[in-house]
Amino acid sequence: MTAPAPLLAVRELRVRRGGALVLDISSLTVEEGTILSLIGPNGAGKTTLMQTLACLIKPHGGEFFFKGENVFSSHGLLQYRRMLAMVFQEPLLFDTTVFQNVASGLKIRGMNGSEIEKRVGQNLQRFGIPHLSERSARKLSGGEAQRVALARAMAIQPDLLFLDEPFASLDPPTRESLMEDLEKILRQTTTTTIFATHDRMEALRLSDRIAVMNEGRILQVGPPDEVMNQPRDEFIASFVGVETILTGRVVRKGRGSFVASIEGQEVEAVGEVEIGEPVVFCIRPENVTLAVSPRQETTSARNVFPARITKIVLLGLYYKVHLDCGFPLVAYVTGHSLENLSLQEGQNVSASFKATAIHVIRKTRGPHPPP
Amino acid sequence: MDLIFEGILKAFHLIFTLDPEVLGITLLSLQVSGTATLISLFIGISIGTVVALTEFPGRRLVVSLINTGMGLPPVVVGLFVTIFLWRNGPLGFLGILYTPAAMIIAQAVIATPIVMGITLAAIQALPKKLRLQILALGATRLQMVWILVKEARLPLLAGVMAGFGGVISEVGASIMVGGNIKGYSRVLTTATVMETSRGNFDVAIALGIILLLLAYFINLVLTHIQQRERPR
Repeated sequence: MTAPAPLLAVRELRVRRGGALVLDISSLTVEEGTILSLIGPNGAGKTTLMQTLACLIKPHGGEFFFKGENVFSSHGLLQYRRMLAMVFQEPLLFDTTVFQNVASGLKIRGMNGSEIEKRVGQNLQRFGIPHLSERSARKLSGGEAQRVALARAMAIQPDLLFLDEPFASLDPPTRESLMEDLEKILRQTTTTTIFATHDRMEALRLSDRIAVMNEGRILQVGPPDEVMNQPRDEFIASFVGVETILTGRVVRKGRGSFVASIEGQEVEAVGEVEIGEPVVFCIRPENVTLAVSPRQETTSARNVFPARITKIVLLGLYYKVHLDCGFPLVAYVTGHSLENLSLQEGQNVSASFKATAIHVIRKTRGPHPPP
Repeated sequence: MDLIFEGILKAFHLIFTLDPEVLGITLLSLQVSGTATLISLFIGISIGTVVALTEFPGRRLVVSLINTGMGLPPVVVGLFVTIFLWRNGPLGFLGILYTPAAMIIAQAVIATPIVMGITLAAIQALPKKLRLQILALGATRLQMVWILVKEARLPLLAGVMAGFGGVISEVGASIMVGGNIKGYSRVLTTATVMETSRGNFDVAIALGIILLLLAYFINLVLTHIQQRERPR
């Protein structure tokens, strides 16, 4: 028995614009009922990828399977497009009532009136906007308008839903409540979703798998914790919130662990490497602990360094502390600890992090295998 | 001053007593310009939409020609329509020179580029992503065009009004191809010209007031359209 075919599978998908290759996807699959996030900086190709998958952009090459069938040969393209829905960053509502907006995809499909009424009512309810039904789309707030846009997409009952940064232009409280509702609705309806965002927290929260994109390529795909904790290279590491990225060279190795020299300091990490090999260490700021006086460490697998605080920045609920240990290091501390330790810029402290908290990227591995 | 006062008084008298001649002239004006505008809508909206939505070599030239056409001098249109409809002209066999039909043709030629230009601008002013959104809702290409035209309906209405406003107040072409024949091809503008030259200011003022009222009504609608905002 083979596993059921994924809902969507593409291979060697390429899009050129003005002669330049803007999208180059060697392989990507989306399993039915899952949520895949595409993250990456602006211009990484997230939108191009989604619009290509939605057949709004014609690719210049590649294979494209939906439910195991080749989209370009067996399905009619219109028939394929009618199994999809897409929501953009702008609500792009039509100049009519909310009801008519939500009904528009169904009307395009020639559905009968009573069925339309039922589906529209159900989706207005889901998104908490039945009271807006007869309101003109011109008289909605940003959050309301985006709810209408999402209801319009979900009314189609798509087999595959594309969300292109749907929260990007909303203020934080509006975004929060909408994301909460959307997450619930997507899980209840088990709608297969591809969700593009440049906000890794949004991606972490909503998705089953995350694909990191840059320059038209997918650099890494995997479950959120894997991408966050084991980024494959420095670009992914910095994008997923690893604040400290250090390069060094292996000087000694023991059983399962090794020591690398970084800016003249010796740092211990876990992994199988060769002596003399260049390595990159990724240290997440939440894994760095600060103490005012150096304490005696019982475990050998802990790196302790005297450090000087170079800068303290308030980041919402916690502080980001920049340290100089001979190499730069970043730690997050809560306001409570900052007060307790009475930390301030210029102060000398002791910074520590476990050898196991370091994600090691081996530089000699060569080009990436396909994700 | 008396001349103006008396003229205005007499003018209102003519209007409110529904003077048969003034009424006839007004109705013919509305009929000729209305028909011409209707014809220009079919041609102008369809070609304007096609040009707005397609990419082809020489598109910029076409767009600039349409925009130039929006300011076509009526006398030039009158001249060429006259030549075409002249007894020996290419369309002389129709025998419609100096008839309301000729005036409709001339006015349609004037109004069509106006409607086309405004349609072009209105469709292009819609958010570019709206087309993708409509396609992503499962629309065929034809459905997409229809929805876009519906979305642009208010600026298109502005196009209609501008086209109608342009031809109802136009005098050069109407006089050249219609001949200002009493009770047959005499419209508001041509009649005003004639009555003024004859010194019949009261009738001329009455006709002028009717034209002004029409212009006011047209602008009322246009202003209302301009003040509306687009949905998010």
